[in-house]
Amino acid sequence: MSAVTALRVEDLHVYLGESHVLQGVSFSVAKGGVTALLGRNGVGKTTTLRALMGLVPRTRGTVEVQGENVTRLPTHAIVRRGVGYVPEDRDVFAGLTVEENLRLSERGGDGRYDLVYDLFPELRERGRQRAGTLSGGQQQMVAIARALLNDNSLLLVDEPTKGLAPLLVTEVAVALERAAELATTVLVEQNLGVAQRVAQHVVVLDGGRVVHEGTAAELFASPERVRELLGVHGGHN
Amino acid sequence: MEATISTFVLLTITGLGLGAMYFLVASGLSLIYGLMGVLNFAHGAFITFGAYVAWWITDQIGGSFEVRLLVGGACGLAFGAALGALVELVFIRPLYRRPVEQVLVTVGLALALGALVYGIWGADAKFFPIPDWTLDTTTILGANIPNDRFVEIGVAAVVLVGLIALLRFTRIGLVIRAGVENRAMVTALGIDVRKTFTLVFAIGGSLAALAGVLSGVYYGNVDPVRGTSLLIYAFIVVVIGGFGSIGGSAVAAVAVGLVQQYANFYVADWLDWSGAGDVSVMLLLASVLLLRPEGLAPKVAH
Amino acid sequence: MQARRLVVPVVLLPLLVVVPWLSVDLPFVLPGALDSPGSLQLLALCLVFAGVALSYDLLFGFTGLLSFGHALYFALGVYVPAIALTEWEWSLPAALALLAGVAIVVPLVLGSVSLRVTGIAFAMVTLAFAQAGNVIVQTNPGGLTGGDEGIGLNVDPLPDFLVGVVNTKNLYWLALGYAVAVFLIARAAIGSSAGHVWRAIRENERRVEVIGLRPYPYKLLAFVLASFLAAWGGFLWLLLIGVTPEVTTATFTLTLLVMVVLGGAGARFGALAGGFVYTLLDYRLRNLAGEERIQELPDVLRVPLSEPLFLLGALFVAIVFFAPGGISSFPARLRSLVHRRAAKESAS
Repeated sequence: MSAVTALRVEDLHVYLGESHVLQGVSFSVAKGGVTALLGRNGVGKTTTLRALMGLVPRTRGTVEVQGENVTRLPTHAIVRRGVGYVPEDRDVFAGLTVEENLRLSERGGDGRYDLVYDLFPELRERGRQRAGTLSGGQQQMVAIARALLNDNSLLLVDEPTKGLAPLLVTEVAVALERAAELATTVLVEQNLGVAQRVAQHVVVLDGGRVVHEGTAAELFASPERVRELLGVHGGHN
Repeated sequence: MEATISTFVLLTITGLGLGAMYFLVASGLSLIYGLMGVLNFAHGAFITFGAYVAWWITDQIGGSFEVRLLVGGACGLAFGAALGALVELVFIRPLYRRPVEQVLVTVGLALALGALVYGIWGADAKFFPIPDWTLDTTTILGANIPNDRFVEIGVAAVVLVGLIALLRFTRIGLVIRAGVENRAMVTALGIDVRKTFTLVFAIGGSLAALAGVLSGVYYGNVDPVRGTSLLIYAFIVVVIGGFGSIGGSAVAAVAVGLVQQYANFYVADWLDWSGAGDVSVMLLLASVLLLRPEGLAPKVAH
Repeated sequence: MQARRLVVPVVLLPLLVVVPWLSVDLPFVLPGALDSPGSLQLLALCLVFAGVALSYDLLFGFTGLLSFGHALYFALGVYVPAIALTEWEWSLPAALALLAGVAIVVPLVLGSVSLRVTGIAFAMVTLAFAQAGNVIVQTNPGGLTGGDEGIGLNVDPLPDFLVGVVNTKNLYWLALGYAVAVFLIARAAIGSSAGHVWRAIRENERRVEVIGLRPYPYKLLAFVLASFLAAWGGFLWLLLIGVTPEVTTATFTLTLLVMVVLGGAGARFGALAGGFVYTLLDYRLRNLAGEERIQELPDVLRVPLSEPLFLLGALFVAIVFFAPGGISSFPARLRSLVHRRAAKESAS
């Protein structure tokens, strides 16, 4: 069973200050493909990813990556178990060059630069440019490239298309599809068009709990269900 | 006219010598604050302990003044590095994510370690073995400059170049620069940033000890309050230079050293008051903060 | 609950008032009987620092302003009246009026500059200003401050009841009055609408801005009030000890911080208790260092045990690690310990 489960989350609780943001989140992600983590604003999607990464303190719950319990491990150790993270708002190192941003994330000395530069040719050209001077879309490429540089088995990607122009959204979606061929991907995405395009599975959060789990096809086939769970109209935007 | 120029040259080089010591202390403080958000009051104890350990070793061994000073200085640096690493591992690390408590603990350590220096070595100053040639003078533009000033400036320049090279060309430097920007994201790339914390504390400790040893050469002795008095100026340098910036620290250290020396001579003479130099530095700090509250450099390690 | 609130005004305060008439020995704690001048002077200092620590807590504990320059304002209370009385031979009321003015104007000016920055930069600027004060005192401009020597206070303008060893009990009552006054003023200030804003600033300064208030004038008010109160503690120090340049040092400010954390930051009785206990401990440990059984110990133990500041610094670190609420959290800790034990017993 564990051989085909890339990620298992059970009864995850997180407090941020006084507020009980995650109130027992449980779900599993099978190996391969893209699982979209959906929900209205403020239901705890980003917090879930941050909690999986050990970036916010968890009061209760279990996190397993490839069948291994990583709940108590510090962030860097979780990453070294083969987890790549693309944070919300990209969080590239503005004062470092593009090339330095990539080199920093390289583990074990054999980064997949060919793959990354093949996916984002622009990054090769802008290697010596400071990441802080890049456009939002280019910064997003750096953030995704950092996660793809290593041979990760699991990618956690937080709102990669947020604030991007439509043309760039498509480019990022293509990159995500390519990334998903290499590693199991968990994607937080507000843009349902992107989610529908790249995801095979969906997990829907509401009020700090999982309220729906299933295939993407099944969910997006029912506009009423989408409206009920996400409060918006389904379909391409 | 010639006397005016030679005085100015002497003041400038002496100011640079002082600035060199401020820089050595401030660069460590600045890196520690930039990377970890810890304002390290115990840094003064690193200076004092480093200087006393160096003095103690020179007192135990034989040989020429140069050899004793080099061996003693090396031991002082090693002790400073060890003390810095120990403080980080034992006292700072358990309080990770509690910045106010971290500052308070360094305050407690500053008081305790400072008192320990009195307890071990007493209140009287200890004389450093100083080679004769450092007391000789070199004449530049009519000014007779004591040679020790060149030692201090030279050492600080080497450290500055070394630190910049470390930050720019090594992986550790890359991690430090990234960590100054965003610590959490560095760990999210699979890097154990805590190792870097210990290392930065060790570097800070050894540079502080180096400043202590150089102050021993500059003043010819070491006393128990050496660390505290250097630390206050180093704090001012860090604030003016911008937290986390080595280049900013270097520029600010030079500015503080020069302002102090010039005011100490010209203003003190005019006001007939020997405190003018030190108080001018405080005024410099206040005016910089009023004009640029974030310091001269942005919070990026370069 | 009601009974506990009455403990201080009904039991503790009258007890403190009658101390100078009690001829009780408290061996190990005090140098002599309660009514001896030595004991009274020590207790008076404890009360002065109880008040000064509380004044510092208004900044640090209640408003969240980490200042490293509070010693400067205490030092104003020592030096301004000393210079006025001794160098200029002013009368006592004139000297005190001058102190009152200086203790408002100086913190108003320096506070309005340092509060332009926040957090660590604020701590550094206050430290720098206090250091400037130390430099001024040490360098003795115009022969006013006496440098390292301090000033031999001219006692002629002082009323007789404040001068001489036999009148230590009057100084003690004055110190008690000071501590009570600081407490009442602090309580009123914390309970006022400004006090509510202070605590809001401590919790989250941005949120205060969001609700449309400018934190700056409130912080300045806390700064000036705390400094003003500390200055009067300095004046009592002048009467009790005299003029010593140590009160201008950074280390002196750090000891104020230790007192507040020892007692429990942000708790009125905590700061009072912290100042009182710290001063008592400091005295006790100083005497301990001179004792024969310490002097006979091997160096490894003798050296640290002979340095009160080493022990107090170590105690401070221990408090931060193991009892972050300080003394004021002890009753609650004790209660929870007793409760847990009781619960365990009833369970078994």
